[in-house]
Amino acid sequence: MKNFFATRWGIISVGAFIGVFAALLQKWGNPGNMGICVACFERDIAGAVGLHRAAVVQYLRPEIIGFVIGALIAAYLFKEFRPRAGSAPIVRFVLGVFAMIGALVFLGCPWRAVLRLAGGDGNAIFGILGLIGGVWIGTLFFKGGYNLGPTRSTYASVGWLLPLVMAGFLAFRLIFPPINEQAQNGILFYSLKGPGSMFAPLSVSLGIGAVIGFLAQRSRFCTMGAIRDFILFKQVHLLSGFVSLVIAAFITNWIVGQFHPGFTGQPVAHTMSIWNFGGMVVAGLAFALAGGCPGRQLFMAGEGDGDAAVFVLGMIVGAGFSHNFGLASSPAGVGPHGIAAVIVGLAVCLFIGFTMRKKA
Amino acid sequence: MSKKIDARGLSCPQPVLLTLEELKRGDEKEIVVLVDTVTSRENVMRAASSKGCRVEGTESEEGGYKVVIRRN
Repeated sequence: MKNFFATRWGIISVGAFIGVFAALLQKWGNPGNMGICVACFERDIAGAVGLHRAAVVQYLRPEIIGFVIGALIAAYLFKEFRPRAGSAPIVRFVLGVFAMIGALVFLGCPWRAVLRLAGGDGNAIFGILGLIGGVWIGTLFFKGGYNLGPTRSTYASVGWLLPLVMAGFLAFRLIFPPINEQAQNGILFYSLKGPGSMFAPLSVSLGIGAVIGFLAQRSRFCTMGAIRDFILFKQVHLLSGFVSLVIAAFITNWIVGQFHPGFTGQPVAHTMSIWNFGGMVVAGLAFALAGGCPGRQLFMAGEGDGDAAVFVLGMIVGAGFSHNFGLASSPAGVGPHGIAAVIVGLAVCLFIGFTMRKKA
Repeated sequence: MSKKIDARGLSCPQPVLLTLEELKRGDEKEIVVLVDTVTSRENVMRAASSKGCRVEGTESEEGGYKVVIRRN
């Protein structure tokens, strides 16, 4: 059977769907230029469960749950669920940690980088350039034989673990829902102000997340892969989906009055261009070395990839470090140790890239 | 004669890199690439057909998927 979503028009329509609904999620309550941000939302989840206690970024984001569950459903429906694991999980965990640290210096994952651009935030340009730079360094390692080794097929339940964790998160969210003006309900923390306090209704977030998870599994949508395949193979397949996301989000923002061009005063953004760039170099390199952008890692985890699941957990734990150690930026600029974190993150990624290669 | 590339267990871009490498260096008329995810199968097929080869993807009797690439 031909998979429409794996065709050029398929990936373009999936990118457009994500762009339109990301902009609409913002209209329906999500934070500014953050209709969807995989890094920010995983960071908010880390805050909701108390891995960090940054009061303004705590919310158990249902979109992330939807991504994994939607991908799981698609994988089962089309017989593509392949439980697999064992390709250097510790490396994937560390890459996840530093991917998150880098992304939070910029304040966004690749999805949010282009959503910020589509909302008129000029600072995003430096983040996107950094992302391209990081992925480009990654392609040099690929050409030099970088390889984390093969995965092995394993028990179906291995592939089920991250989806089950997500189901557990959803149960938490249902048992301990947000209560007006209350910073905590049971075990979950909630933000009373800041981006963590802004969210679309649960059913909307979860539903759109699940549909995106489903479509992204079918189409293999990946923002890192978009840049990587273009640099490595001059292939524009995935890139056409990424570009279609930007255009669709821009048009939607423009129609609903969310397009505000400029550099200063942009929502959840700072203007320190060098570190917007540097943060995303680290994140882009970490995504490239781990084989997928943060969204794609969630979708692969839904398809049964236990190593992608480890990367996701690395990102959530990385968010904890990021805020506990003052590495994450804020609208005022980089955190007190953000610059040091970018340098350490780059060094760790280079160490991984240089030392983990097989010579033919 | 055909050349066999076993890219099972490897995630992208490795299967595609191995295939393109073989297309560039080798001179076999036929290349058989084994992969274990549909994503890798699609990627290898897309890359090989963009190089002007005829490609055919099937289930593999050894588990996973088999892509047969023939040079024109």
